[in-house]
Amino acid sequence: MEHILNIQNVSKIYENAGHKLTVLDQINFSIQTGSTVAITGPSGSGKTTLLGLCAGLDRSSSGKVSLSGIDLDHLTEDERAAVRNRYVGFIFQNFQLLPTLTALENVMVPLELRGEKNIKKHALDLLDKVGLADRSGHYPVQLSGGEQQRVSLARAFSNQPAILFADEPTGNLDAETSDKVIKLMFDLNREAGTTLVIVTHDLDLAAKTNRMIKLKGGVVVADLVLNHA
Amino acid sequence: MPDHNLNIKRSINYSWLLKMAWRDSRKNRSRLLLFMSSIILGIAALVAVYSFKANLQRDIDEQAKTLTGADLIIESRRPLSPAVTALLDTLGTARAKERNFVSMVYFMKGEGSRLVQIRALSGDYPFYGNIETLPSNAASTFKTGRKALVDHTLMLQYQATPGDSIKIGNLSFVIEGSLESVPGQTGIASTVTPVVYIPLEYLEQTGLTQLGSRIQSRYFYKYKDVLTVNRDLKRHQQSLDKAQLSYETVATKKESTGRAFKNLNQFLALSGFIALLLGCIGVGTSIQVYIKEKLAAIATLRCLGLNAKEAFLIYLIQVGAIGLLGAITGAFLGTALQFLLPLVLKDFIPVELSMGISWSAIGQGLATGLIISVLFALPSLISVRSISPLNAIRASFEGVKPARDPLKWLVYLLVIGFVYGFTYLQMKDSMQALAFVIGILLAFLLLIGQSKLLMLVLRKMIPERMAYVWRQGFANLYRPNNQTMILSVAIGLSTLFIVTLYLVQGVLLNKVAVSGNGTKSNMVLFDIQPAQKEPLAKLLKRENLPVLAEVPIVTMRIIEINGKNAEQYGDSTTDKNGRNKPSRAFSGEIRASYQADLRATEVLGEGKWVGVTPVDGTVLISLEKAYADRIKVRIGDSIVFDVQGLPVKTKVGSFRTVDWNTVQPNFRVVFPTGVLEQAPQFYVFMTHVAAAKRSADLQAKVLKQFPNVSIVNLDMIIKTIDSLFDKINFVIRFMAGFSMATGWIVLLSSVMSSKGQRLKESVLLRTMGASRRQILTITGLEYLFLGFIATAAGIILAILGSWALAVFALKSNYAPEILPLLAFLIAIPLLVMLTGLYSSRSVLNQPPLEILRKES
Repeated sequence: MEHILNIQNVSKIYENAGHKLTVLDQINFSIQTGSTVAITGPSGSGKTTLLGLCAGLDRSSSGKVSLSGIDLDHLTEDERAAVRNRYVGFIFQNFQLLPTLTALENVMVPLELRGEKNIKKHALDLLDKVGLADRSGHYPVQLSGGEQQRVSLARAFSNQPAILFADEPTGNLDAETSDKVIKLMFDLNREAGTTLVIVTHDLDLAAKTNRMIKLKGGVVVADLVLNHA
Repeated sequence: MPDHNLNIKRSINYSWLLKMAWRDSRKNRSRLLLFMSSIILGIAALVAVYSFKANLQRDIDEQAKTLTGADLIIESRRPLSPAVTALLDTLGTARAKERNFVSMVYFMKGEGSRLVQIRALSGDYPFYGNIETLPSNAASTFKTGRKALVDHTLMLQYQATPGDSIKIGNLSFVIEGSLESVPGQTGIASTVTPVVYIPLEYLEQTGLTQLGSRIQSRYFYKYKDVLTVNRDLKRHQQSLDKAQLSYETVATKKESTGRAFKNLNQFLALSGFIALLLGCIGVGTSIQVYIKEKLAAIATLRCLGLNAKEAFLIYLIQVGAIGLLGAITGAFLGTALQFLLPLVLKDFIPVELSMGISWSAIGQGLATGLIISVLFALPSLISVRSISPLNAIRASFEGVKPARDPLKWLVYLLVIGFVYGFTYLQMKDSMQALAFVIGILLAFLLLIGQSKLLMLVLRKMIPERMAYVWRQGFANLYRPNNQTMILSVAIGLSTLFIVTLYLVQGVLLNKVAVSGNGTKSNMVLFDIQPAQKEPLAKLLKRENLPVLAEVPIVTMRIIEINGKNAEQYGDSTTDKNGRNKPSRAFSGEIRASYQADLRATEVLGEGKWVGVTPVDGTVLISLEKAYADRIKVRIGDSIVFDVQGLPVKTKVGSFRTVDWNTVQPNFRVVFPTGVLEQAPQFYVFMTHVAAAKRSADLQAKVLKQFPNVSIVNLDMIIKTIDSLFDKINFVIRFMAGFSMATGWIVLLSSVMSSKGQRLKESVLLRTMGASRRQILTITGLEYLFLGFIATAAGIILAILGSWALAVFALKSNYAPEILPLLAFLIAIPLLVMLTGLYSSRSVLNQPPLEILRKES
């Protein structure tokens, strides 16, 4: 089985007024293509920082991050943006829909960025899959939290990413809505064969994945393969 | 397996960027409208001024020939030698002659008299354009007998009609018609000194051509071929110079008329420019706040694969489009506005104004609008490039770091370069433009420093025991996401421009204001010959009128300064036509006086006042300081005057400053007593007549006994001049008001665009149960305090700026009034506070959740 993501000796250190703060220290792991992985840990353990590095949103201070065989540390910010557009999908805790775009337009953006044509049908199909075909013309402010996250899911899958990063995808949702969104996320993931990396506090959600990487104080304290893999 | 050979270089899809720019603007159009409003008035003012200037120049070009009425005019104030007369008779293909002077005219029917300009005319002048009269044929028929054309305002004033008689000197004339317009004469000029035309052949018989009368002769020539005008002038240059004749051609008139409006145009352009600069502040402020609000959306787009250049271009397109839209609206408004300017200015302008759309002015306005929108938004726009996608997953994780972007410094240089270039275009003086730019930069830096100091002081000084709402209000000024610096700069700079303009306007108005307060006299009698002095004084005594001042006037010319004459000086100043340009000192006639003591309107500046010629015979004269500067003369320099044929050697003994704003005889050159008493001279008497009726009686009596003596009723002159200055006042106030209005708009838009920062906090406080009064107090205090500090800083800077302008550029005294400044100090912070409260009103009137949803 191939690895879509390789993290080798990755550290992230912030410097502030002469003080060094090590947020991640010598992290090593690889993620197999098509697998589902949860990164868990208490607040301040470095989960979000790690997600940022894995997704090419930030550069490591040392070590090597390789996504789909591409060494992200040697790319410029614009090159990393192109990598994200080609291989990565995102789901954010606070949805991060573009407030000035309708639900449909939000879903179309990643494909439009690629310069693809005739994408409306594909985007509408995705909205249909998340049950929001009838809300395609609505702006984020006109949607509930759960609906916004479903639009966010449709957007994340619209460019058929090789890997999907979800940052606390249910953090802003109630239990019932969370369940629906999680089910939808896993269904879409299975259907598309996408690798899924979820950063979460929620151990129930983490338990639904194949593997759980536990962080504490910026280091990996556990890397567990879960039974239902 | 994914494609490892990733083609990272993606071509930019401009049509998508346009679409995205449009989509992204959807929810923020009101914010963008604020940005647009900042530049509308600035561009409107600029287009109005440029259009007016272009139209005026076109009208001057088109109507140049009617300004002069002839191809060549030669002027002389001296009798001509037979040789020169013979030479003048060879010029042109058609000739006309006019002799003009100021004298009294007496209306027989109404028994009123008034000082007018008499123009005695022979020949078919004007060759171009018309002397317009009512009835229209009067312009030609008045030459057929002892008839006159009388200015229409005079006809109205004295209720005269054609057929009535007037008396000029010893002779009476029948009014043939009323004079409606004369080539090249402005409405204002005819109000101050109305014109009366008479046939030249009757001039001698009026008895007004005697010695002492200041008569100017003008010779008009028409040429078949205009090119021969210059050929003739070149050929006879030496003879004309020798005879001290000056000339005017269509080309020189065009140039001088254009030059006469240079100051007016410059003032108008400067007002427009200040409106524009205020607009620039508005653009800078609103775009900075706008981009701050867009941070999350930009970060999300960056996560989805948008690259830095594309992110930058999306917002550049928005700014460019809105800027262009603002410029188009401004250009429309400015084009409409320019039609108002001639209504106010028509009395000052010697050509018939035909206002039309000036495409070049509109083009300049559009280009300027677009450039300033983009340029002043660029510092914020280029920071879009460095917004990290990490902001999408972690708020405030990585802010915009402007200081580290080298491109930002380039943009700042471009901004400074633009302000300098534009200022230079308005002022045409590189040093003044540099001083202006340095002044603005200093003001900018001082305001930034002041806001930083304010934050530091507040952080350290707010006592814990202070009431919560006060503490919260003040703390808002230094806590994260505060708007202190941006608002301080915006409010401070707006105040600086508004108050500077107000103060400079005051200086300008003071400079032109005329007052009769310097003297108790309200009637001036002049052209009094030495022999008439005694009998006139007796007449005034019989009428129980005091002679408040008796001023002798002697006409003279400068012929040598420090041993060098005009020709010797002229060698170093040769114009492009190879013609010697005599130093200003040598051209023109000087009316000097002599006196033992300084007058009330004079203040000794440098040197020593010598009122009586000492026994050694050294004649120490006193020069008006500004005149001395103009002719480049210093204390101790020697000057030789030609006093009607006799050279008089003098030394410059002192400089005086003279208050020219008082309507009474003032002199550039004053001699001590004991030198000029025997020179040909005339006198001016000043007296005070209480009632208008007595004034008319006196004028009639004086005119009957001394027909050559002219009388000026100062009350009437001051009234006329006041009405003239009212019009100038209006123009100055109108343009200044325009810039001030822009300042207010920029101020409002800055405050309103900053509201988002505080809204969420206010909603949270509201959610936690804060009362309406508490929210109002917190918000009000923040804005009031910030407004007050920034306004105070702006006013202090404005006082410094206007002082520098008044003293160094306008060469005026500077004494700002305190009350209006206090009014600004109260009004601007109040306005800032009210705007802040107005923009937060939704917190008080709507449910918190609704607001949070709208703002999210």
